[in-house]
Amino acid sequence: MQPFIAHTGLAVIIDSANVDTDQIIPKQFLSKVTRDGFGVHLFHDWRYLDDAGDQPNPDFNLNKPRYKGASILISQENFGCGSSREHAPWALADFGLKAIIAPSFADIFYGNSINNGLLPVKLTDAEVEQVMAEVDALPGAEVTVDLQALTVTSPSGAVFNFEIAESARHNLLNGLDAIGLTLAHADAISHYEANLPSWRA
Amino acid sequence: MAKTLYEKVWDAHIVVAAEGEAPIIYVDRHLVHEVTSPQAFSGLEVAGRKMRAPEKTFATMDHNTSTTSASLDALSPMARTQVQTLERNCKEFGVRLYDIHHKNQGIVHVMGPELGITLPGTVIVCGDSHTATHGAFGALAFGIGTSEVEHVMATQTLRQLKAKTMKIEVRGHVAEGITAKDIVLAIIGKIGMDGGTGYVVEFCGEAIEALTMEGRMTVCNMAIEMGAKAGMIAPDATTAEYLKGREFAPKGDNWQQAIAAWAELKSDADATFDATVVLEASDIAPQLTWGTNPGQVVAIDQLVPNPAEETNSTVRSSIEKALEYVDLSAGTLMTDVGINKVFIGSCTNSRIEDLRAAAVHAKGRQVADGVKAIVVPGSGLVKEQAEAEGLDKIFLDAGFEWRLPGCSMCLAMNDDKLEAGDRCASTSNRNFEGRQGRGSRTHLVSPAMAAAAAVAGHFVDIRKPY
Repeated sequence: MQPFIAHTGLAVIIDSANVDTDQIIPKQFLSKVTRDGFGVHLFHDWRYLDDAGDQPNPDFNLNKPRYKGASILISQENFGCGSSREHAPWALADFGLKAIIAPSFADIFYGNSINNGLLPVKLTDAEVEQVMAEVDALPGAEVTVDLQALTVTSPSGAVFNFEIAESARHNLLNGLDAIGLTLAHADAISHYEANLPSWRA
Repeated sequence: MAKTLYEKVWDAHIVVAAEGEAPIIYVDRHLVHEVTSPQAFSGLEVAGRKMRAPEKTFATMDHNTSTTSASLDALSPMARTQVQTLERNCKEFGVRLYDIHHKNQGIVHVMGPELGITLPGTVIVCGDSHTATHGAFGALAFGIGTSEVEHVMATQTLRQLKAKTMKIEVRGHVAEGITAKDIVLAIIGKIGMDGGTGYVVEFCGEAIEALTMEGRMTVCNMAIEMGAKAGMIAPDATTAEYLKGREFAPKGDNWQQAIAAWAELKSDADATFDATVVLEASDIAPQLTWGTNPGQVVAIDQLVPNPAEETNSTVRSSIEKALEYVDLSAGTLMTDVGINKVFIGSCTNSRIEDLRAAAVHAKGRQVADGVKAIVVPGSGLVKEQAEAEGLDKIFLDAGFEWRLPGCSMCLAMNDDKLEAGDRCASTSNRNFEGRQGRGSRTHLVSPAMAAAAAVAGHFVDIRKPY
């Protein structure tokens, strides 16, 4: 996994609460057996007027010229709710997004994002509103997310602090392979297994 | 120190708890299906890793299998590749697989419990958010992403942060005709679709204790629909009675040891929870969703809500968007809402009891003109049992279709999907935009409410003659 230290980029707004993983990547795209190529299907039913994905919906923010090349997404509460499909962060990352800013995230999506180097950033409702308003007011406005400093810098230069579990931050900053880290504890796992009650073995 | 049920199971599974690292917890059972596993298996291959304990993993195929034919030829080329990839991976890594030709095949959360794979006091994971279902047995069970599936395969453990604890008590007894689905929808209506985010929820109270295992599974299944990490119910005699003699349940001395261990699996009387919610069971009427998330729910005798009465702007905007999508007006009586599709199935409501409850309303009646209704049993074993009881005949005589087991129209990955503009009474768990087909509308209900809607052509209050 690539380390995530800090990122500055164009931000795109999806001003809806409860953006679920069925919207992020609808089920008809879950039949692939690889992790790549999901970005073109990101937000399919909102982004395209037709089932084939040939006709972009001009009213959807991701299709607007001013948001072309966006790498940070700002949305409302409970982002990523619903299905556990990791295809959701795969699609967001494959599209080119590096960080998602929202007041809250669903638990499984939050963990899946971290496992893919996509940074979920929790700000307060008021902070999200402010960043959204500033981005909306100034086409081309960039936002900075700094995982080292644990800050978000809005287009006007306002700085907001955010929190993330130290273990997640450490893995992201260093691009660590979680499986490799756990395998270093193989002896402890063997010891635990040797002491399992027989009904649970 | 007094502990909750969750804390007892959590503490018993800690393998390593190092400073500054997420604790490593042991996974007793891992369930696998075709959609979220291929990238995990290939990840192991790329890294040259083996599965640590393949005998603790059980696989089935359910998400994109056909419910009309047990042939691979019935699948789309991509779905067929995915199913064949699971077959190849299970063979290569030594994982037990119930494929579409096996009688144990079924929805992963129906299969696990009915084979006795799901046990109290265990940690169970699966790359599927409805893994919460297994908490009905007092297991700590939750959905994981594919990277975590790979982590479990390689290490038989997971890195997890401890969740907060919430107690949801349903006091007293429900009225006749009120089911587990109504209870859990009422809970989600009360706390909202993200009311449980960050928590492991324990469901308790007389109304929960009175439920059968099938009912408890319906309640825990939808813990994720309130955002909870997991839902749990303390095991009791009902739990043990259900498990005894099942294929993978402990036998002989192991059974006795298990029973002794399970007796400890309840929250201590003086345990404290981070949050507590109380409902009175007698207040619960048949529930149905009106909007585009499971928290947008009302009782059958209530009206579609009016966004103008909502003071929170984000909530008001969500209601407005939902009403536009589902094409309903504020103030509409839910019994006036007509439907043209009915789906009885899913990991929420496809077990034998669910089918029996639906059959009560189908028996001797006919599906209304213009309505298409399908019944999809949760597994081969459920199908076999239902057919032994003659339920298939009741449904077929009434004009319902009787299908093969699978997830089917709950997420519409196979051919079972709604068309744009369709309105469906569904016993599944999510009414998100486009969930059952682009442009379609889903109303979540109990099996009895779904079957009654099928014959009436609109939603009905099943407590009254219709």
